[in-house]
Formats: sequence, C-alpha cells, structure tokens
Amino acid sequence: MSKDVVIMSEQIEESHESPSGLKVLWREIIRDKLALSSLILLIVISIGVIIGSAILDYDEVTKVDLFNTHAPPSSENWLGTDYGGRDVFGQLIIGTRNSLAIGVLVTLMSGFIGILFGLIAGYFGGTIDNIFMRILDFFLILPFLMIVIIFVAIVPKYSIISFSLIMTAFLWMGTARLVRSKALQERELDYVNAAKTLGTSNLKIMLTHVLPNLSSIIIVNMTLSLAGNIGIESGLSFLGFGFPESTPSLGTLLSYATNPQTLEYRWWIWLPAAILILILMLSVRNVGEAFKRATDARQRRG
Amino acid sequence: MWKFTVRRILIMIPQIILLSVLIFILAKMMPGDALSGLIDPNIDPDTIEEKREQLGLNDPWHIQYVNWVKDLFQGDLGMSFFYKMPVTELIGQRIVNTFWLGLATLILVYLIAVPLGIISGRYNNTWADQLITGYTYIGFATPTFIFGLVMLWIFGFYFGWFPTGGSVTPGLEPGTMEYVLSKINHLLLPAISLALIGTVSTVQYLRNEIIDVKQQDFILTARAKGAPESRVYNRHILRNSLLPIAAFFGYEIVGLIGGTIFIEMIFSYPGMGQLFMESIVARDYSVATSLVLLYGIATIIGTLLSDIILSIVDPRIRIK
Repeated sequence: MSKDVVIMSEQIEESHESPSGLKVLWREIIRDKLALSSLILLIVISIGVIIGSAILDYDEVTKVDLFNTHAPPSSENWLGTDYGGRDVFGQLIIGTRNSLAIGVLVTLMSGFIGILFGLIAGYFGGTIDNIFMRILDFFLILPFLMIVIIFVAIVPKYSIISFSLIMTAFLWMGTARLVRSKALQERELDYVNAAKTLGTSNLKIMLTHVLPNLSSIIIVNMTLSLAGNIGIESGLSFLGFGFPESTPSLGTLLSYATNPQTLEYRWWIWLPAAILILILMLSVRNVGEAFKRATDARQRRG
Repeated sequence: MWKFTVRRILIMIPQIILLSVLIFILAKMMPGDALSGLIDPNIDPDTIEEKREQLGLNDPWHIQYVNWVKDLFQGDLGMSFFYKMPVTELIGQRIVNTFWLGLATLILVYLIAVPLGIISGRYNNTWADQLITGYTYIGFATPTFIFGLVMLWIFGFYFGWFPTGGSVTPGLEPGTMEYVLSKINHLLLPAISLALIGTVSTVQYLRNEIIDVKQQDFILTARAKGAPESRVYNRHILRNSLLPIAAFFGYEIVGLIGGTIFIEMIFSYPGMGQLFMESIVARDYSVATSLVLLYGIATIIGTLLSDIILSIVDPRIRIK
C-alpha cells in the first residue's frame, strides 16, 4: 500500500501540474456518454421549462373552469384538464420549474449548513466534534417525513420560503457527516500545520485552505442529494404537505392520482409527471455518479 | 463486547429524552388543546378556565412536561378528540396492520436481496450482473410513492390481480381461514412495492461484499487446497458476506418507516402511517405527536439493535 503511494506521488511530481478538481470533473463527464447525455437533457429540460413558464400565462393555467373538468387530451389541452378544469400540460411545465427550483434551493441551503457544521466539527475535533456529533446523531433518529409534515401543518404563515427552511432543517446531516470525516483527515496534514505555525487564523485556514481541498467531494455529495431532494419534495407535495395547490409542483399532479378514478382511467394527468420525476432524478444521479468516479482516481475513465 | 453494548445503550437515553422534549414542544406549539374539542362552545369561559386549572394546563411548562412523561409511562397518550377515544386504543387498532406490512416487507427484502446479490457478486461482469446492477441503479433513483402508484395502477386496476385498498375484505369472520387469506392478499401488493425499492441497497451491499471477499487470500488458500467451487462459495464466501446483511435488519426497519407512510396512503391500508396522515388533516394533534414518538423510538431501537449485532459479527467496530 505504502509502496503504491510512493510511486503515485513520484508520478505526480513528474507531470509537474496536476489538473484542477473542476477540470477532472469535467473530463469525466465528457468521457461518460450516459452522464453527458443526462447533463444535456437536464439543461434542455431546465431551459425548456424556464422559457415555457415565461410564455405561459400563469393565471390562465391555474384558472378553475368547472365546465371543462377532467377533459381528455385534445389540441387545446395537450394533456387534458384536472378536476378543476385546469390545463395539465401547463401545470406540468410550471410544476417542473417549481420542483427543480426548490430542489436546487434546498440542496444549496442544506449544503451550506452541512459544510459549516462539518467543517467546524472536523477541523477543531475533540470536544467540539463530540458535541456536534451528538447533535447530528439526534437529528438522524428523527422520523424525517413525520416531523416535516407536522412542522408544515403548524407553521402559521406557510409559504415556499418556510417550506424550504423546514426541509433544510432536517436534510443537512449527510453533507455534514461527510465534510466532517474529510476535514478530520485534512487537519492532520502538513499544510494545515504549516499555516498554523505561520499564524494564520483558524477561520482563514478552514475557508481558504481546507475547504478548497474538499470542494470536489462536496460537489459530488450535493449533486447526489439534489436528486434525492427532488424526490422528497414531490413526495411531500404528493401527500399534500409541499407546495400549496395554487403553485403546482410535479408532486401536486401526482397527488391527483390518489383519486382511484384518476389513477385508473385518466393516466394522462399523473403519468407524465411521474415519468418526468424519474427522468430528472436519474439524470441528476448519472451526472453525480460520474462526478463521484472523478473524485476517486482509481475509478476514473477520463 | 459488553462495554460497547452498555455504552451504546447509554447514548440512547439522552436521545430518547431529547426526542420526548422536542415532541412535547411540538405538542405545545400546536393550536388548540385537549379542551377545545371536548367542550361545546356554549359553556361559559370561566368553567373552561376552571377545567384548565384542574387538568394542569396552566402550570409552568416543566411541571407539565413531567406530568406528560408520567402519563407516558402509564401508557396514557391522551385523548383523540376526533375519534373520541384514548390514543393508546386507537393506535392499538392500527399497529397490528403496520406490523404485518413491515414484517412481510422485511421478509421480501431478504428473499429478493440474497439471491440477486449472490448472482450479481458471484458472476460479476456477466449479463445477469449487469441486469441486476441496472435494476438497483434505477431502484435507487425511484421514489417509493411513484413506484407504488404504478404498481397499484398496473396490478391493482389494470390486471385486477390484487385488491386496491383496505386490509381485509369486509364481512369476514376473524379467525377463519378465509380471513387470514384475505389479509395476506391485501398485504401482498403493498409489501412487494415497498420491498422492490427497499431492497436495492442490500443487493448492492451484498454484491460488493462478495466481490470483496472473493479476492481475499483465504479464498485463494481454499481453492489451492482443492475445495470445490460450491464449497468455496457456500462455506467460505457466503458465511462472511451474509452476516452483515443479516445484522442490517434494524437499519432496514428504520429505512422502511418513511416508506410505509406513502404505501399505506396509496393502498388505503389502515395502518399507523395512514392514521398519522388522517390525524394531521383532522388536526387531531395528540394522535399525530404520539405516532411521531412511537416511530422515533422504533428508529432508535432499530439502530441500536443493528449496531449491537454488527459489533458482535464484526469485532472491528467495537474498537472505535
């Protein structure tokens, strides 16, 4: 094992410059056909729904029309209408945009808290680490779905902001645990000691020395949790505890399938949303898996 | 081993206390209290105030908390104002259904994971392995509720092979053979849906474990000594790879908890998850908080069991 390390470090010295983290990630994506097509698909879907929802008249889509409920697909309503006579295709476009937006928002916020928490616990270690880990352990044993639903039910002024805050509050633990374990390894390394001897402040070491070294694994982790968060949001909306019905998400369209009539005879209302969620989650995962391989030099293809 | 077990149990105690405090705070934050449902609006406010005093609702919060915990230990979880019966009794009616659903799912998870994991690990990089790896890859990305919906649509409605709701055909006498068969029939589709998604991580773990063990020196030794291939796999590799999988059952339970809520909602299966959703919609918060407490304790005990069993199976964990 140690022999391998010596050989590897010699090779690195020979090549003078090792490629930067981001470059490695990008190279891996290019080499992996599946990940590259997933990434392109994701970009196309994102641009499509952003342009689509800009063109669509929001009031027109969410307008209730009781004379035109549960209409089958037609040239006017491409995917028919729901129980309130609202156009399903329009809701699908706006719903995809909303689901993607909340997924990204929650991933960024929980990533931020997770990085902060993990960095402090891992960098300082000892008692601070102990206390922080006990807090984290406690969050891990909470029944996530139930706690989130209760919070959503009792928050007085419920909005999209409070929804994403509630989700964030119970989703930061994965990132925190990962960052902490990596930071624990980093703090033993010479460059951290060197910076300390030079009198660099702890905050500066954490943010400008340790954090950049963790950046690639953080990107991997956040990409993979984005896939999960899209699923969690649509699940909560499906149960009726995500977005309010006036702001449709992909989960809202799926929740219409809790009506057995809709599930059995009107597949055009819920099936496109279900397929779209699967496509989104799989594509994000494909990209994430390629990133993951890139961070492990032994598994790289590029 | 005892040292690890005792320490692990000691960690559990503050967790349970913290959980109970959090749930108590949640219960206090919820609009309305036990009296808002019991008393009709015509009664004059002074009487309500008197009742409040009697029930201790005006006491400082720490005294209320102690009383609440005392009641918990006596099995008194309060009254459901929606169903007008004690919460313990209400949960008692549903817990059996969720228990059977969980047990059936757990059995199916292992019935699916063990053969698939073994095939995938033993014949890795063949078409069978690629097929199974593809399934686990897609299974990882599929949310349980979408899979459950599609399963209900195809097998419940389109083919009509399975009942589409409830836990038993109404009108059957409990204890008869038909009753039991009907129960199993209602259980099957939800359990299969939950298990097919819940099993993927176990399949993958078993596959990686077998591939890992396959390359170790003692397997080479066994082959060198002329042990037949079947003996190498059954005696040497599987014994090492299956133990951690078996120890995972506690984590497996924890993982299933979120899934049962979705599955019970989709299949209108009258278990605790469905009760939870009903109680939230009806703003019957004493039921909702009791269920969170129950699921939280189940999570703590599930993790505890797996941690302890794993430490017996794999001594390396104890050193940490």
